[in-house]
Amino acid sequence: MHRLARIGLALGLLTMSVMAFAGPPVGGILEKQPTNWHAIIMFCLFVALTMGITYWAAGRTKSTADFYTAGGGITGFQNGLAIAGDYMSAATLLGLSAMVYGQGYDGYIYMLAFFAGWPIILFLMAERLRNLGRFTFSDITAYRLDQSKVRIMAAISSLTVVCFYLLAQMVGAGQLIKLLFGLEYKIAIFIVGFLMMFYVIFGGMVATTWVQIIKACMLLVGGTLVMVLAMSKFGFSYHNLVEQATAVHKLGPKLMYPGSLLADPVTAISLGLGLMFGTAGLPHILMRFFTVTNAKEARKSVLYASGFVSYFFNVIFLIGLTGIIIVGQNGSFFEGGKIGGKLIGGGNMVAMHLAKAVGGNMLLGFLAAVAFATILAVVSGLALAGASAISHDLYARVIMKGKASEATEIKVSKVAVICLGFIAIVLGILFEKQNIAFMVGLAFGVAAAANFPVLILSMYWKGLTTRGALWGGYGGLISAVLFVLFSKSVWVDVIGMKVALFPYTQPALFAMPIAFLLAYIFSKIDGSDRAKAEIEAFEDQYVRGQTGFGAATSSKH
Amino acid sequence: MSSEMYEHMRANPKFQRLVARRSRFAWTLAFIVLAMFYGFVLVVAFKPALLGRPIAQGSMVTIGVAVELFMFIFFWVLTAVYVIRANGEFDALTQDLIKDAWKENK
Repeated sequence: MHRLARIGLALGLLTMSVMAFAGPPVGGILEKQPTNWHAIIMFCLFVALTMGITYWAAGRTKSTADFYTAGGGITGFQNGLAIAGDYMSAATLLGLSAMVYGQGYDGYIYMLAFFAGWPIILFLMAERLRNLGRFTFSDITAYRLDQSKVRIMAAISSLTVVCFYLLAQMVGAGQLIKLLFGLEYKIAIFIVGFLMMFYVIFGGMVATTWVQIIKACMLLVGGTLVMVLAMSKFGFSYHNLVEQATAVHKLGPKLMYPGSLLADPVTAISLGLGLMFGTAGLPHILMRFFTVTNAKEARKSVLYASGFVSYFFNVIFLIGLTGIIIVGQNGSFFEGGKIGGKLIGGGNMVAMHLAKAVGGNMLLGFLAAVAFATILAVVSGLALAGASAISHDLYARVIMKGKASEATEIKVSKVAVICLGFIAIVLGILFEKQNIAFMVGLAFGVAAAANFPVLILSMYWKGLTTRGALWGGYGGLISAVLFVLFSKSVWVDVIGMKVALFPYTQPALFAMPIAFLLAYIFSKIDGSDRAKAEIEAFEDQYVRGQTGFGAATSSKH
Repeated sequence: MSSEMYEHMRANPKFQRLVARRSRFAWTLAFIVLAMFYGFVLVVAFKPALLGRPIAQGSMVTIGVAVELFMFIFFWVLTAVYVIRANGEFDALTQDLIKDAWKENK
């Protein structure tokens, strides 16, 4: 009984934490705030700066390589910042600090799971990604397999990941902006949608990268500033901080224990797998390996990115802990002034309230502008990854069989961005009142179960054939979607059924083996001549994957 | 590139050396990260109370926080170790190998 209760509690908390990632919870608690002029002015400065960069970038974006990968002209340091920017969304800052505020140490565990995927990507995937790919990760899976079929499959799962991720960001953005800036939800959605289209269409990867870099710097500076000011209230002593935090928090000394978030082993391992290998299957992250000049810079960019990410996660941990005392003990941040009641603006506002408490309206405005910029940058990166799946994989490779001219391919890509932008706006408005919490989980689940297994097998396993790749890819995609659909967060919370058909919220531990197994079985029983040729072609791919010899140099500058 | 050229490269002992060294190195590092991370996850799942203990009498730093902070730093250091060796030794070997391949092609 005790064990069951623990599992139940874990599931509940996990759902909450997944919600935390998807941005502010939805459900009418987000009343509009008075217009925040500090935030709006600072955000306008950011937009003006990035518009200027887009104008400059537009002049340098001529070929498809420029458009998709900035001509491979980004340095390792810049790319590292951009990867960190892609990875640290507004939900990271707000959701994770809120998680530490509410659950203490559990939030820190979650952050390590987010971080631990990076070294693995570098050690096991970076070389081959870089040596075999050019614009999208399907370049690698389709390298020796049937171009059309594999690219269609990879494009479908990429677009699934991008759409769910995009939708989660859009709805989160609308809610957040309504709250922080005092703007209407619909206006906020339109602003995000149109700015994103503007950056990507005119500036391609060059502009998208620079938007990401500027925002990453703002986020690092803003977060550090809040953390330092907050820590000064404790004489920069971790000892004092934890002593006071455990004294006032409702969990008491248990604050620093692993709580119920990961109490059951299945959820803990599934979450670890999902976050680690989901990262290794996100199309907008994988795309970043192609934007640098050479393999040296690609490796360096992972080093910088993981450095920034791990630094920032530790900053967030301190922000959450200091929030427990500075925000949690100040009645003015609670509805009706009741300490321990509901935080004004919802549970995700801890970092924002903390900024106001330690730095006044100026710092609050700055952090709000950073949050807006963050959403914009992440959405732009996603849109570009989605557009490249459509124009590079589907249009240029599948429909035109590689005979499309660069100019038309870019045109198709820009049309795709416009379509994705409008889809994002329309869905964002339709889903305003829906609980979109499960969508980030779904995006990571699909990335881990559909993209990752086929990608890693195509790199490492000689025996993979087209048939195996298709079964593995579609099998992983469908099972990840079904597991999430039947889990509590959709089946019960969204559809309104009584009992979840799938007892866990994290699909990775179950969907990933399905994908691997299907890919294995159907490759093994594939005795066709083309399968033999594909297996033979691995030898050449292996040499190129190891050395990069024969890889199209993406740098022209 | 023709299959023949790849065939030649494959036969080059330098290629064998590069692949053997880099694979062993990368897998060792990956194994360390995976073992530490999933070992930690298992402790979280089965022995959570252990992580809540202070590292020393009267200290507010718990074992869990200390271990995690160590992993954040250590994993990053491993990343740096890999990048240094790959950008130095392995890259030099690769360049060598490619030069050989072009020479043979002539």
